[in-house]
Amino acid sequence: MGKIKEFIRKNKQFTLFAILALGLIAVAILAPVLTKYDPYQANLGGALQAPSAEHWFGTDKLGRDLFTRIIYGSRVSLAASLTVVAIIFVGGSLLGVIAGYFGKAVDTVIMRLSDMMISFPGMVLAIAVAGILGASIRNAIIAIAIVSWTKYARMSRSLVLKIRHVDYVSAAVVTGSKVSYILRKYMIPNILPTMVITAATDIGGMMLELAGLSFLGFGAQAPTPEWGLMLNEGRVFMQNAPWMMIFPGLAIFVTVVIFNLLGDSLRDVMDVRDE
Amino acid sequence: MTGKQLGKRIVQILIVLIGISFFTFMLTYLAPGDPVRTMYAASGTMPSEEVLQAAREELGLNDPILVQYGHWLTNCLHGDFGKSYSTGKPVAELLLARLWPTLKLALCAMVLMLIVSVPLGMLSAVYRNKPIDYIVRGFTFFGISMPNFWVGLLLMYFICIVLGWLPVVSTGIGLKKIILPAVTLAFAMSSKYTRQVRTAVLEEMHQDYVTGARARGASEREILWKQVFPNSLLPLITMFGLSLGSLLGGTAVVEVIFSYQGLGNLAVSAITSYDYNLIQGYVLWVALIYMVVNLIVDISYYWVDPRIRVKR
Repeated sequence: MGKIKEFIRKNKQFTLFAILALGLIAVAILAPVLTKYDPYQANLGGALQAPSAEHWFGTDKLGRDLFTRIIYGSRVSLAASLTVVAIIFVGGSLLGVIAGYFGKAVDTVIMRLSDMMISFPGMVLAIAVAGILGASIRNAIIAIAIVSWTKYARMSRSLVLKIRHVDYVSAAVVTGSKVSYILRKYMIPNILPTMVITAATDIGGMMLELAGLSFLGFGAQAPTPEWGLMLNEGRVFMQNAPWMMIFPGLAIFVTVVIFNLLGDSLRDVMDVRDE
Repeated sequence: MTGKQLGKRIVQILIVLIGISFFTFMLTYLAPGDPVRTMYAASGTMPSEEVLQAAREELGLNDPILVQYGHWLTNCLHGDFGKSYSTGKPVAELLLARLWPTLKLALCAMVLMLIVSVPLGMLSAVYRNKPIDYIVRGFTFFGISMPNFWVGLLLMYFICIVLGWLPVVSTGIGLKKIILPAVTLAFAMSSKYTRQVRTAVLEEMHQDYVTGARARGASEREILWKQVFPNSLLPLITMFGLSLGSLLGGTAVVEVIFSYQGLGNLAVSAITSYDYNLIQGYVLWVALIYMVVNLIVDISYYWVDPRIRVKR
């Protein structure tokens, strides 16, 4: 308990942002408790109502409560962007470690593949992939993962190369340690802090890209409450019902700000060399 | 950049293009949706299964995948990207018509971005940890976290609807049409770029030669403009080339919002109508543009940085 207090005292910023991020996750989980409406229940009689005490953020074209849909939307956005980051974090880092540790042909294949991906505007390919595979939130996740893993592969590879020939690793090789043991015991712990920081700072960006794909119609499909999609639906009613595009955008913005701040402060906590 | 290096880069570009083309080709092959049906649906008729089958045969859609890919690649090398399934026009013609509007938009956004972010970034670096630095950094932070399509919608709402300065749907040509999309694109990018300018300038300001110049009594202004700025140009040019990538991807969203008739808009409608040839053509063209620009960026190092010239 004392240790936790000490940590909080030392890292006030990080603690604050971590609490805010956890708060967002709590909102997503507790969605049914926080609102009395159903995000899918249409009520055509009450369509396009301006924000009021009854409907805090107003209602959309089908009379659904916008506040409710935004609260439920946090489930989709958070789950999707955390999934993307988890996939590229694990997949990219593993490929990088394998490329760096084994070298030779394996390295060449993985790194040429990553060169190919990097010498190309990611969002263009993501749009093509998501569009071709068919529009769904799952395919949007796949599309963004396909174009984003390279950063992690390159980073972890270069980190592994740095310690590949350090004495303690050579010693482990000479004494006959298994490859899996060396990877687990030396390589992964060494690269983990940097990779975790990168992953944390990436959450916000991934959220923006996912919302962008949904906005274009290549991600979540109606009637899913997803912020990007809701913005696209609200676009048509801009003149009469501007709240339909203001609040979903605000939700994305606030969430991305919180996760970006969390990522930055995590860097300060874990990486003292930075300054 | 020597001739040998240049040759190497061009070979590399070709390899990447072939890789990308194969990747997108495989994707379209595996994709759901039947292009032949879409093609007829676009013309408003739905013929019998035999006619559909004959059309598939004629378009070569029944050949083995590698044969199809080979055909398509050889045609591409001859400048023939095939016909768009949904409109029946040659893909190259469609893309060419949209190329200039998109490039114009990208260039306008770039110029706006430079006008904003270079002075702000330098200001922020020079007055490091002073109020002005905090203000600039605060703004850039919020700029980075805002989705560009939201920025576009907000601009549209406030400028066109609330203030009524510009028409919502501008049918005209020229400045009126391009200004809002360009500002939207520049907004998100300039936040990123301002931060990078700041970092690059700060890095140079910590070099020994700056201390040396100060010790000799050179004025701060002279140090900044004659020494620090030229030296920090190199990383800035690199970022400039790379940011074009995010720009080419980003234009799609912005073009859709403002119904701007550019490449991105074309690609989005191509995807929704399963127009495989058009999608492949688009992806290849954008890849080519992006890589050629970055090649030019690398070549420009030679002119910008005397150190590279001296080394050879």
